[in-house]
Amino acid sequence: MKQLTVLSGKGGTGKTTITASLAVLAKNAVVADCDVDAPDLHLLLHPSVVKTQEFKGSKLAVIDKSKCIECGLCREKCRFDAITENFEVDPIACEGCGVCTIVCPVSAITLTERISGHAYVSKTKYGFMAHAMLSPGEANSGKLATLVRQNAKILAEKEHRDLIIIDGPPGIGCPVIASVTGIDAGLVITEPTMSGIHDFERALQLLKHFNVTPFVCVNMYDINKDNAEKIVSFCRENDIEVVGKIPFNPVVTEAMVNGKPIAEYAPESDVAKEIGNMWKKVLSALQYKSG
Amino acid sequence: MPRNAGGIIVAIASGKGGTGKTSVAVNMALSIGNVQFLDCDVEEPNAHLLLHPEIAQTEPVYVLVPIVNEELCDYCGKCADFCQYNAIFVSPGKVLIFPELCHSCGGCAIVCPKKAISEEQHRIGTLKFGLVSDSKIVYGELDVGEPMAVPVIREVKRRIKRGKTVILDSPPGTSCPVIETVKGSDFCVLVTEPTPFGLHDLRITVQVLEDMAIPFGVVVNRAGIGDKKVYEYCEEKRIPILLEIPHQRKIAELYSRGVPFSLEMPEWKPRFQALFDEVRKLAGK
Repeated sequence: MKQLTVLSGKGGTGKTTITASLAVLAKNAVVADCDVDAPDLHLLLHPSVVKTQEFKGSKLAVIDKSKCIECGLCREKCRFDAITENFEVDPIACEGCGVCTIVCPVSAITLTERISGHAYVSKTKYGFMAHAMLSPGEANSGKLATLVRQNAKILAEKEHRDLIIIDGPPGIGCPVIASVTGIDAGLVITEPTMSGIHDFERALQLLKHFNVTPFVCVNMYDINKDNAEKIVSFCRENDIEVVGKIPFNPVVTEAMVNGKPIAEYAPESDVAKEIGNMWKKVLSALQYKSG
Repeated sequence: MPRNAGGIIVAIASGKGGTGKTSVAVNMALSIGNVQFLDCDVEEPNAHLLLHPEIAQTEPVYVLVPIVNEELCDYCGKCADFCQYNAIFVSPGKVLIFPELCHSCGGCAIVCPKKAISEEQHRIGTLKFGLVSDSKIVYGELDVGEPMAVPVIREVKRRIKRGKTVILDSPPGTSCPVIETVKGSDFCVLVTEPTPFGLHDLRITVQVLEDMAIPFGVVVNRAGIGDKKVYEYCEEKRIPILLEIPHQRKIAELYSRGVPFSLEMPEWKPRFQALFDEVRKLAGK
């Protein structure tokens, strides 16, 4: 089984637009949306949920007011400033570490489970999908991304699919790390802007850190052809394959407004054709890796 | 009274990535001048690529992680049982620490009956301090491979100067790094684009801000693309639309070269000043 993650560093470079089209082109893949705090892939793939799972991310300290003697030890030892002047736990600040529970001399504090979101297993017209929704403002997006990947793997094994395509979150922090560990290749979507270049270099460093083979796609390359050329020569110098150069085309937004992957909405468009070419290159490289 | 007399903390956030947070934050900062600009997107800081600051100083960011004195340790495993983050693994004769999973709560040192655990500094990023004419910029950079952005954001925010106009550039998403950034702000400007993705992620972010009781308004970037649903949503929720920035090739090209568009298109300077005046008014500052 092969796993490919679409990532970018910078947000808004086109990860989800491209992942949705890959889902159409791959036909037999399981798709996983690991951007669990701002997931958008379902807006294009329209999954119908088969199974819902509660996600228990972190715990929350609860103070039993009838036992509390207001000695202040918990507040002193809490490193997250999560205990207020009135001995209430601030649920936003609390990281569920449990230090307050062990320092409390009267055992007035316990850790309770909290539901931090939901994970879903779904069917789409393009195949199976694993996705999730973190409750707004919750922590532990990395743990939930890991759960989504586990669900995708179980699906792939059960349904005899040999490929998982993962839509990654922006950035390089915990949910991104959770989306790239142990994968076969990362497809980095960048744009020819100063920020795009800066962030794509950090995304490539991340893949290198975790020993993942990178591929690069320059999206909207004609917005600034000089910068696009810089990206291409950077990749050439570093022996990284540029698998796609996608032009800017308003039809991409039009497809999104219509809730469809561009490969289905406008298969004859320059964008869809380039994504198609890119997919062939990525697929053959993935297959070559196994051989 | 000067435009930015008296202190105010304004966060610029979005939910969806790439909607133009940094662009709005930078153009507003340059248009009003004399601000403290804090880039809290420590995973992918970009504001300096537009502001081109002179870097005056850098500082490492450390977190505390446990270190075990194996001469005292009897491998009882209480530390591993206590740790909610699986950052310690104990087997007979061996203790393994995973610093990147550690939240630095200090609990393992407290539960250890042999007093075998102390804490040491573990580097996770860098803070950079710079100058852009009369404004100051601070930004954090998470080291590649380190998962936890929040402690670096906390360090950036520790540099907030009370009494100044402070602009916080937030990371995308709606999870802990965003909460850490917007916490304690007087107002939050939400930058969105009028597309289904923009609207979907805006809704989630609005819920977060409502929970945190932070007042907010919306800037619609790339106005003219997509559909009208963002406007309908804002009207229905009575969310003020503070500014619209049209989808223009010139703005996109300037951005791609690292040029804040208000510098090359001076008609935008008064619009960003007006945006800030409106923010002050709505924040009651």
